[in-house]
Amino acid sequence: MTEIRIKEKEIVVPGEVLAVGMEVLPGTGTYRMNDKIIAGRLGLAAIDGRTIKLIPLSGRYTPKKNDVIICKVIDVNFSGWRLDTNSAYSAMLSMKDATSDFIQRGADLTQYFDLGEYLVCGIVNVTSQKLIDVTMKGPGLRKLRGGRIIQVDSHKVPRIIGKQGSMVSMIKNETACNIVVGQNGLIWIDGQPEQELAAIRTIRKIEKESHLSGLTEKIKEYLAGNKGE
Amino acid sequence: MTYSKRLDNRGFEETRPIEAKVGIIPNADGSAYFKIGNTWAYAAVYGPRNLHPKFLQDPQKGILRCNYNMMPFSSSNERVRPGGSRRSKEISMVTEKALLPVLDLKEYPNSVVDVFIELPQTEAGSRCAGICAASMALADAGLLMKDLVAAVSVGKVGSKLLVDLDYTEESYPDADVADIPVAMTPNLNQVTLLQMDGKVKKEDISKLLDMAKKTCMNIYELQKNALKEKYKADSQ
Amino acid sequence: MYGELKKSILKLLGAGTRLDGRKAFEFRGPIEIDYNFVNTAEGSARVRIGETEVIAGVKMEVGEPYPDNPDEGTIIVGAELLPMSSPEFELGPPGIQAIELARVVDRGIRESKTIDFKSLCIEEGKEVWLIIIDVISVNDAGNLLDAAALAALAALKNARFPKYEEGKVDYKEKTDRKIELRNQPIAITVVKIGSSLIVDPDSEEERATDARLTVTTLEDGTLCAMQKGGDTPLTKEEIEKMIDVAVEKGKELRGSL
Repeated sequence: MTEIRIKEKEIVVPGEVLAVGMEVLPGTGTYRMNDKIIAGRLGLAAIDGRTIKLIPLSGRYTPKKNDVIICKVIDVNFSGWRLDTNSAYSAMLSMKDATSDFIQRGADLTQYFDLGEYLVCGIVNVTSQKLIDVTMKGPGLRKLRGGRIIQVDSHKVPRIIGKQGSMVSMIKNETACNIVVGQNGLIWIDGQPEQELAAIRTIRKIEKESHLSGLTEKIKEYLAGNKGE
Repeated sequence: MTYSKRLDNRGFEETRPIEAKVGIIPNADGSAYFKIGNTWAYAAVYGPRNLHPKFLQDPQKGILRCNYNMMPFSSSNERVRPGGSRRSKEISMVTEKALLPVLDLKEYPNSVVDVFIELPQTEAGSRCAGICAASMALADAGLLMKDLVAAVSVGKVGSKLLVDLDYTEESYPDADVADIPVAMTPNLNQVTLLQMDGKVKKEDISKLLDMAKKTCMNIYELQKNALKEKYKADSQ
Repeated sequence: MYGELKKSILKLLGAGTRLDGRKAFEFRGPIEIDYNFVNTAEGSARVRIGETEVIAGVKMEVGEPYPDNPDEGTIIVGAELLPMSSPEFELGPPGIQAIELARVVDRGIRESKTIDFKSLCIEEGKEVWLIIIDVISVNDAGNLLDAAALAALAALKNARFPKYEEGKVDYKEKTDRKIELRNQPIAITVVKIGSSLIVDPDSEEERATDARLTVTTLEDGTLCAMQKGGDTPLTKEEIEKMIDVAVEKGKELRGSL
């Protein structure tokens, strides 16, 4: 006999009993103890068929293969660059993954990417020891010039991007800004100063209200309101 | 004079008034405060993050580091000299042992989760308040946690068993006193911190642990509400 | 390392605005002061400027006076930049940033003779009051110094002497006697980035700072402490301009006490 004790999209805390019964399966963020399914973190409950899983509401970014992230160059050595990924682990970008151009051995790598510069890169591999390899070869991967960088909760990134990029496209159109959203929570915005600020305020609003429904409409109104000023 | 009534007229199994709030330090990955009577603990969590020096790193899992500290003006007596003491180092250590069992740090090899507990105001029960605050802060930081950890001191004054000793009870001059801080995982029903100052009979322990469990379940409800409040507020 | 950040800040300043949309001489607001924030101190205050938060507490002790000032008590200012308040701060004894902060706050109060040290005398040559002010950071979102100086002053404002009888301080009994404050020194830090001047820098603006000048002023515009920081030099004209800004903003901050 199964008893589900929580509702879809309910905020649950560690130790809370989500369901009782052997029919229900523990999804990510939950675990089974005897006949109970228990919350294994703070999160939003999601019932998917017979599985209950928790959507994280907070927490630092965990690097994943194939994620496109924005990194900052923190070290340059003979064979490549070390990058800050906004997580507990730094990434390595080796010479061969940096560009399709041929780089001479012993060349000054800071000519390509220098300390403090921001790069859009793709995660190629994450080992069990959390060593991260990234590449700059791929569509959209490049060094960022100008503009400004803000940091958001990486868990809110899907909402900020929207279905098929609809949310971020809307912001780009309304503010005439270039925007790149990294899966690791770093976002690059480039446009006129007031518009950059409008885009940032919009993104912060989405970050705050990300688990509400009707968000797209609210953001549309918010952007229109900003324009009116 | 036998001890028959609490100075503040509380019931023997009643705690002082409790206030809990989550998300109070924007820079931290997770934060909370827990106030019980006049004892007020702030907790901030940073992590998982880079760990230096390298020899501290564990390639199999992240490590937990706790630091408990009283602010210089937090005592109602003399100023507390900054820089910690042997007492605060010991409390830091038992706090870490109280919190570690609920955490799963295998996903964060070579990194550290730092917990800072700072008390701006203290009056008995500070290590327990610190653990209650830290537990909420760890959950707020999005870490994998099997349960929250709640803590309270139980004990005995004269012949009376009681919960949440305040300063007058800890230092009661006219009878034997026992002060027993206990931390528990409320849902998994396990004790993660147990210490004692004073004298108590073996037969009293079972009842005292039951009282601790009951109180920790109540504290859990307050911690739960504080966590939900923070995230619910965003959806107002 | 902060080249890109500085570029975007300078671009915004060129357009008359800042990272968060403020104007150059605009403080984050409203500035919040909570008096008597903790009940264990003889006096205390919590100050919030934007997301920067500090707590100041006053504890009083009785001790021997210094031999060359046998009829005077004194103040001691301590500051701790706690690792809880920022990922940049490490555990351990106060580093140079905390030491500088404590000493600048101290000078503002001491040099302005805000407290008559002779009024702290209990018995000449034997016993005087020591007023110890500790400022603790709770969240560092930039401009800790101005927040700390304001919190220290606010804590002094509501501090009351504990009872002192027969050589012992009874901290549980507070008297009605407050510390007489002859004026209200306010520290304002003016920051130079590129060729622009701003006040109340946030964390990113602090990282991009070329030079800074903290000026502590009194109600009548008298300067009582100054501290230049940063790796870049200042011209005489810049200094005079920064002092003007500090006097004006000092009036504004004083109004929030």
